[in-house]
Amino acid sequence: MSKVKTGMGRRSFIKNVSLAGGGLIIGFNWLACKRAAEEGGKEMALEMPDEWFEMNGYLKIGDNGVVTIYSPNPEIGQNVKTSMPMLVAEELDVDWKNVIVEQAPLNTDVFTRQLAGGSQSIRQGWEPLRMAGATARKMLLTAAASEWDVSVSELSVENGIISHTDSDRSLGFGEIAKAAAQVEVPEEVELKDNSDFKIIGTSRKNVDAKGMITGKPLYGIDVHRDDMLIAMIVQPPAFGMEFKSMDAARAKEMSGIIDVFTIDTYPEDMEREWSDVAAFSKLVVVVGESTWQVMQAKKALKVEWDLNPKLTKQIQILEKSAGLAEGGGLENSDIHYSLMAQLGSDNSETVRKDGDPEAAFSNAARVIERSYTCPFLAHNCMEPMNFFANVTNDKAELLGPIQTPEYAEKSVNKRLGLDLENIDIQMTRMGGGFGRRLYGNFLVEAAVISQKMGVPIKLVYTREDDMTNGVYRPAYHVTYRAALDGNNNLTAFHVNAGGMTESPLFADRFPAGAVDNYLAESWTIESNISTGAFRAPRSNFIAGAEQSFLDELAEEMGQDPIQFRLDMLKRAQNDPVGENNDYDAARYAGVLEVVRDKAGWNNGSSTSSRGVAAYYCHNSYVAQILDMNLIDNEPVIDKVTCAVDCGIVVNPDAAKNMVEGGTIDGIGHALYSELTFKDGVTQQNNFDSYRLIRHREAPKKIDVHFIENGLDPTGLGEPPSPPVQGALANALYKATGKRIYKQPFYPEISTESREIKT
Amino acid sequence: MAEFNVTINGEKRNLNVDPDTPLLWVLRDNLKLVGTKYGCGIAQCGACTVHFNGSAVRSCQVPISAVKDNEITTIEGLSEEGDHPVQQAWLEHDVPQCGYCQAGQIMAATALLKNNPSPSDEEIEDVMNGNICRCGTYTRIKAAIKTASNSQIV
Repeated sequence: MSKVKTGMGRRSFIKNVSLAGGGLIIGFNWLACKRAAEEGGKEMALEMPDEWFEMNGYLKIGDNGVVTIYSPNPEIGQNVKTSMPMLVAEELDVDWKNVIVEQAPLNTDVFTRQLAGGSQSIRQGWEPLRMAGATARKMLLTAAASEWDVSVSELSVENGIISHTDSDRSLGFGEIAKAAAQVEVPEEVELKDNSDFKIIGTSRKNVDAKGMITGKPLYGIDVHRDDMLIAMIVQPPAFGMEFKSMDAARAKEMSGIIDVFTIDTYPEDMEREWSDVAAFSKLVVVVGESTWQVMQAKKALKVEWDLNPKLTKQIQILEKSAGLAEGGGLENSDIHYSLMAQLGSDNSETVRKDGDPEAAFSNAARVIERSYTCPFLAHNCMEPMNFFANVTNDKAELLGPIQTPEYAEKSVNKRLGLDLENIDIQMTRMGGGFGRRLYGNFLVEAAVISQKMGVPIKLVYTREDDMTNGVYRPAYHVTYRAALDGNNNLTAFHVNAGGMTESPLFADRFPAGAVDNYLAESWTIESNISTGAFRAPRSNFIAGAEQSFLDELAEEMGQDPIQFRLDMLKRAQNDPVGENNDYDAARYAGVLEVVRDKAGWNNGSSTSSRGVAAYYCHNSYVAQILDMNLIDNEPVIDKVTCAVDCGIVVNPDAAKNMVEGGTIDGIGHALYSELTFKDGVTQQNNFDSYRLIRHREAPKKIDVHFIENGLDPTGLGEPPSPPVQGALANALYKATGKRIYKQPFYPEISTESREIKT
Repeated sequence: MAEFNVTINGEKRNLNVDPDTPLLWVLRDNLKLVGTKYGCGIAQCGACTVHFNGSAVRSCQVPISAVKDNEITTIEGLSEEGDHPVQQAWLEHDVPQCGYCQAGQIMAATALLKNNPSPSDEEIEDVMNGNICRCGTYTRIKAAIKTASNSQIV
């Protein structure tokens, strides 16, 4: 048992907190009356209590023992809406069957870090959520002890029943909840030992599963109010362009169209939050009665756009400095690749240097140098960006899919001039996030539109708006160099990495710490294209590049790729180079050993082309071995074996689902996806031109093995997707005999048309 | 605008909309049947899949004027309480992540099993290839379809 002071989350334990007023629960709410029984899928009605008692901001208990747990963080498909309440329920000692989960609204008085990003929800919620459950449990026990006039230490709790064995008395949480809610919040509570967990470590079904498979309105795009209008945007056709003028006469006359106007989401004098990123700030807005009518009016609008000289001038200067022919100052993918290859390393900054890499390279018997690159990517959440807003003179009600509600609230405060306490943000379940919904420009747009119209509106992006108005995964470029001495020993390692508009480098991660002479350099190149976090930011490219290079290096050195990595990790563990190595070499080696053994790497029985990779990011370690064949020149992936170290696995089957999905996502983007630009225009704007992985291309089998080490849990939303890109590249090399240095891989190996087959 | 009488999930509905309006938007905006999802609007993602006389179609491509007296079934009409064997298999395998595409996946899968109660892996992949899952739950979807197929009561 570990004791924790509840003081750190004091605000969270203010009793009888009113969660954002009366309109707390959003979307479909029948889970409040019914839920599928765990076994047999049989319906079991959960009786609603007559009265609820707030124990703290995280939970309330009904007079019949039913417990409502508020899931604090945004749900984007990572399943925190199930796994976070599991942590509360564990320490409360309630029967999971008697738990109702509800999405909490943004409430900074009660919750800390209501954000979906960085795979941090479980890691950072691990203590506060358990503490919330343990605190309520202690209050229930205190009340029961007082009722029976016995000591708390004589009581035991199981499945929501408090028992006093000596007197053979017992009562349910519901019977004592009213008294417990009056008990003073304890200063200190005890948390369970891992060995006492009854819910953590057991598979619990997704609490929204029934709603999802029956089509209930769970998502922002499903929000409806009787007095609501539909709003859509029209944006410049190219990065580097801006609004000039429009003729909206015809559009305004169309059936169901209420108004057409322009907005400036982020005026120049507005102080922006980090999350205030938008492809275009000045937009044309069409408001009408129905989605289809507004879509038609968009097409009827005549808008003139101008080059934005401030933006295009920057690009012209950049191109000139690279010796490229002067263009119109609009973005082009072929120029991006040239700029990154030719100009990037000229502006490198040294981020880390160990030993004397320059000397090691000049003394090397052999230097191996390889460069890797990747395109911009669009997030392509299946649910396009949208938000409901109802802004009146002094209040804003905002409802929809947002990964960063706390920052969005600040943005609305600054943009609309409303007080923070009068801005109510509620989160719907999200049809994917992948980082796109960290940037709440669509929420601010919705708020600005509603304020201007003076009525509730739902802003909806079309797929084309969504794909061409993104906050994209940057284009990256990295060059690796390795110095080998006459005995084929690795004597120096050099990584030079950059991108438009950020560098993917993690200078203190493997192989830093494993090589005596090490140099890590970083650079960036400006662009008008809006970029931001995309599932496993930076790792989503550099993992694949690094793991491909290590594979090629091992081959050049005549070593087995797994043993080569293990030997380096042993060095990093036993005699690390440098001070700030940001990984645990033993855990890193651990996943590699497990994946090696589970996939039978050393027994040579596989007839497929195999590739291996291992990587650390977002506090978790993942190693993967991918088995594939080329059939009629098409990659067919038979199996991916995954070994994952994320500490304690809270919800094993759901965690397995995350690893499977992350693996497929990583393969899909590395193999097929790219967003390219010509004269500032994205060349893909829907799924007929932008290729995403589909059923036929998914691995036939994914084996997942978790390391059991009892360490505090770390994230899983991001770590499985980066390394598999390296495993795929290395398997493709085995299958084709060709090393691939550019993402997406598929056009590099295929001579066929790149037309999408559906 | 024109008047239409259509039958959705066995229920007669009277509508007054533009004849070109896709069934998808009639379902979502006019009938508040929002289980059918918008994903692309060009029949590339499958999120809007419904049954048209029992066959899977992309409702974004069916103008309301084409519905006439054909039977339309949406995810809301597939079963009373989510107890269709395919839905039950989805629960058993805990398939969804974000869940947005899953109604479309289920409608595609139920139509598949109706025509072919014991599909091979390849047949499943071929039919389901038009339904994108951005979260990558493809392996679970296939497993759930096989479970439903084996349940023999589709």
